[in-house]
Amino acid sequence: MKTDDLIRALAADSAPQRAPRVTAALALGLATVIAAAVFFAALGPRPDIDNAAQTIRFLFKFVVTLALGVSAFGVLFRLSIPGASSEHALRLLLIAPVLLAGGVLLELAVTPRTSWEPRLVGTNSMLCMTFIPLIAIGPLIAFLGFLRTTAPTRPMLGGAIAGLVAGGLAATFYAAHCPDDSPLFVAVWYSLAIATLALAGALIGRRCLRW
Amino acid sequence: MVEDTESRLAGLLRQAIAGDETAYSEFLRRAATFVRAVARRKLGTRAETDAEDIVQETLLAVHLKRHTWRSDQPVLPWLGAITRYKMIDGFRRRGRRIDVDIDDYADIIASPQSETASEKDIRFALDSLAPGQRKVVSAIAIEGRSTQDLAVELGVTETAVRVALHRGLAAIAAKFGPDKS
Repeated sequence: MKTDDLIRALAADSAPQRAPRVTAALALGLATVIAAAVFFAALGPRPDIDNAAQTIRFLFKFVVTLALGVSAFGVLFRLSIPGASSEHALRLLLIAPVLLAGGVLLELAVTPRTSWEPRLVGTNSMLCMTFIPLIAIGPLIAFLGFLRTTAPTRPMLGGAIAGLVAGGLAATFYAAHCPDDSPLFVAVWYSLAIATLALAGALIGRRCLRW
Repeated sequence: MVEDTESRLAGLLRQAIAGDETAYSEFLRRAATFVRAVARRKLGTRAETDAEDIVQETLLAVHLKRHTWRSDQPVLPWLGAITRYKMIDGFRRRGRRIDVDIDDYADIIASPQSETASEKDIRFALDSLAPGQRKVVSAIAIEGRSTQDLAVELGVTETAVRVALHRGLAAIAAKFGPDKS
């Protein structure tokens, strides 16, 4: 086919397309519903959640996971548009790690050295490592699906960020079940679980997000 | 010069999105000129066939991803980013690695060029399409038929013709796009 022929065919094709912001909103809605469904079916909130909600450590978990989810979602959207600068948005990704680092330092300052290890090890780190990824699978697919409908020029990075958004969302739900509230626990196990998702997203992105 | 090209291209694409087929053809022709200039600069003028491959791959990508342009944003950085992506992808598939730097739009747009390659038959073959899609795509692309006209001839609705066209183009993009390995 000649280029002019191709142009004729393209011009005649007026199939409607959905704006990325609409698709992004749909993906976020779908991801939240799936994460909530898996969370309530498999775990549910911890029995003492009313008391826990009075404690700063419990609430701080949500501050960190939501900061990560929201900032990563912003980056995800920027990465879906060719030519949109994502450098500023990428810097916002530092908010969650910086908050968490602050929490860790405070924890180290106010708790005795002998309690650090039990706080870090927690009561059930394997549950955390299992359920954050499990809750995140559906959302990860939804966010990767969003990227496939758009035009990410950095497929691996896009996939990794999709993993961070899914991880942040899943961790926000999981935090309501998790009996371990110390920032030391969150910094190690939540980070590890979410990093696994980012890695999985990057690997899938390299294969499936090219266009 | 750059501002002129920018506002002219953005205007055409805005009209195109509002349903103006003529404006869209003109936009695609100008986009092709831009991509061809970038590709030839990278490849040298002897590799005209390769350059035209990249032009076609990029146009198809621009078309299938045109909804990612926001009408309140400049169009050249968007087009430049897609061109850069498709060029790197095209080179990767041909076993080469390159850097594509498309910062100087004015320079690229100002460079003179011949249009000969667009008259050559190249990469995008229709043979791989299902018979119905092939018939529709080739009638519209090569014979220049309208969808309306073609619907009457084939005894189907115009919507069916449009669907076959869209699916045919998407199939070409999938076949000639990134290899899945």
